[in-house]
Amino acid sequence: MSTLEIRELQVSVADKEILKGVNLTVRAGETHAIMGPNGSGKSTLAYAIAGHPKYTITGGQVLLDGVDLLELSVDERARAGLFLAMQYPVEVPGVSVSNFLRSAVTAVRGEAPKLREFSKDLKNGMDALAIDPAFATRNVNEGFSGGEKKRHEILQLELLKPKIAVLDETDSGLDVDALRVVSEGVNRFRASGETGVLLITHYTRILRYVKPDFVHVFSAGKIVEEGGPELADKLEAEGYEAYTKASA
Amino acid sequence: MGLNEKPLSTLHEKSSYNLDDFSVPTGREEKWRFTPLSRLKGLHDGTAEVTGQVVTQAYTPAGVSAEWVGRDDARVGQAYAPTDRVSAQAYNAFEKALVVTVPKEAVPAEPIQIELRGGGTAGVAYGHIVVKVEPMAEAVVVLDHQGSAVYADNVEFVVGDGATLKVVSLQDWADDAVHVSQHHAQLAKDATFRSFVVTLGGDLVRLSPSVSYTGQGGDADLSGVYFVDAGQHLEHRLLVDHSTPNCKSHVDYRGALQGEDAHAVWIGDVIIRVEAEGTDTYELNRNLILTDGARADSVPNLEILTGEVAGAGHASTSGRLDDEHLFYLQARGIPADQARRLVIRGFLGQLVDKISVPELRERVLAKIEAELEK
Repeated sequence: MSTLEIRELQVSVADKEILKGVNLTVRAGETHAIMGPNGSGKSTLAYAIAGHPKYTITGGQVLLDGVDLLELSVDERARAGLFLAMQYPVEVPGVSVSNFLRSAVTAVRGEAPKLREFSKDLKNGMDALAIDPAFATRNVNEGFSGGEKKRHEILQLELLKPKIAVLDETDSGLDVDALRVVSEGVNRFRASGETGVLLITHYTRILRYVKPDFVHVFSAGKIVEEGGPELADKLEAEGYEAYTKASA
Repeated sequence: MGLNEKPLSTLHEKSSYNLDDFSVPTGREEKWRFTPLSRLKGLHDGTAEVTGQVVTQAYTPAGVSAEWVGRDDARVGQAYAPTDRVSAQAYNAFEKALVVTVPKEAVPAEPIQIELRGGGTAGVAYGHIVVKVEPMAEAVVVLDHQGSAVYADNVEFVVGDGATLKVVSLQDWADDAVHVSQHHAQLAKDATFRSFVVTLGGDLVRLSPSVSYTGQGGDADLSGVYFVDAGQHLEHRLLVDHSTPNCKSHVDYRGALQGEDAHAVWIGDVIIRVEAEGTDTYELNRNLILTDGARADSVPNLEILTGEVAGAGHASTSGRLDDEHLFYLQARGIPADQARRLVIRGFLGQLVDKISVPELRERVLAKIEAELEK
């Protein structure tokens, strides 16, 4: 059973401190929602954990089963069992979805999947997320709509089966149907009870489909309040005003 | 210029069969300023001894003829006259020309393979090839250059009325080869020409593909990929001369460069003359600079002498691998060097997809793959 421990994490972007000491532990079987106003540093947390070069770690640790992810390269973190579903997945010209997915699965599993097995997994995964099979031959994210990009992210989540998944505003820009499809994918992923989910969102809407065990409110680079699912209901009713005022 | 005179193209090149019409380049001339003359091994100044050898063999499918002819054959120099010193040198020095003819309305089932094999860099060699595709015929030609050589040649592609010619030219030379080459395509009415150039090997390669039109409705597509390693100079100089109405041209060259003193040069000249109304043209060059110490010079020139064009544009970009692409692939567990290869292969591969013959596409991809594995 895996555990992600974020300890006193401090992160800067271009010499500006964004995260000011974040503490959070996500265990397998748990779903944590991080909620907060725009600009509070939620996405910075996601990208810093994944190792995006734009973010500079100035203090703290991020341990996955005791291994400090911050010491690892981006790809090593992914192979260690971390997954980041991105808010704005980039287009990669000339690289087909099937080639990309096969390369990723091979890298994460440490061996190439059998072609027949992989084709079957891919087809099932695409069917479950209502992705047109023709996408397999298209270039990664190229010309995908916002919803298609998000479904493609969740397809990767289901194929790569990480220990801990960080979902960065996966719900943004989705209509209700797409949100349901994507949420079902996340729920399939966490159904085993052996994986942890860190769900970053601005809105409570997705939490009706993906029920969190814990809710953390993020403001000005820190967690300022923690609680159970009821905290999300409070935010739904009252908004973030109380927190943004407090930090100002 | 008087009011009654037509504007003249400044890109218009002097052409002549006579070597004396071209002075020995010094390196200061516009058309020679990027080329390291000292590495041409005498191809440009007449000092080279013609003792080298490039063995050229044509493998032709049924219905296509290939013959070696003398310098005085009427088909030689019919479509093209040299436009620079090395081209003129080659034109005046080759012994026999290879003439490949695809007869009227013929559609050979297989590509025409022309293999050129260098036999070493002691002494230079000159060559001349004419590929004649007669009206309404359709053919694919592969020029495959391998081995070591110091070689200058002119290749004429004569594409008849309504005919289609697709050319793939592989410059897969050994590391010490020097190759200066002119590829000229002359397109008759409604002719279609597709050129795909792949330049990977050689110490210095300077390849100048050019296109002229003799009738309306001509359509030329010139693509190229190159991969420049440390110390290599790979230069492509394109000239499309639109002198008849309602013709098309599309140019897309892409390259990747890595290593100290890897140097790519791309010149894209397009002339749309006064009489070439309804011309539709676009040219593009993109360079991916993978390491410090590599350099790409990219110069598009679009000269429009008529107000009545259907479309005319150009673009040139040179830059590094996109960090966001690499991050995305690495975030899915793909190791950095493999992510890099995937992105580079994707960048070049998109262009390779334009090759319509599957076996040739696979062959070109395999060559690029091998280059990436180096």
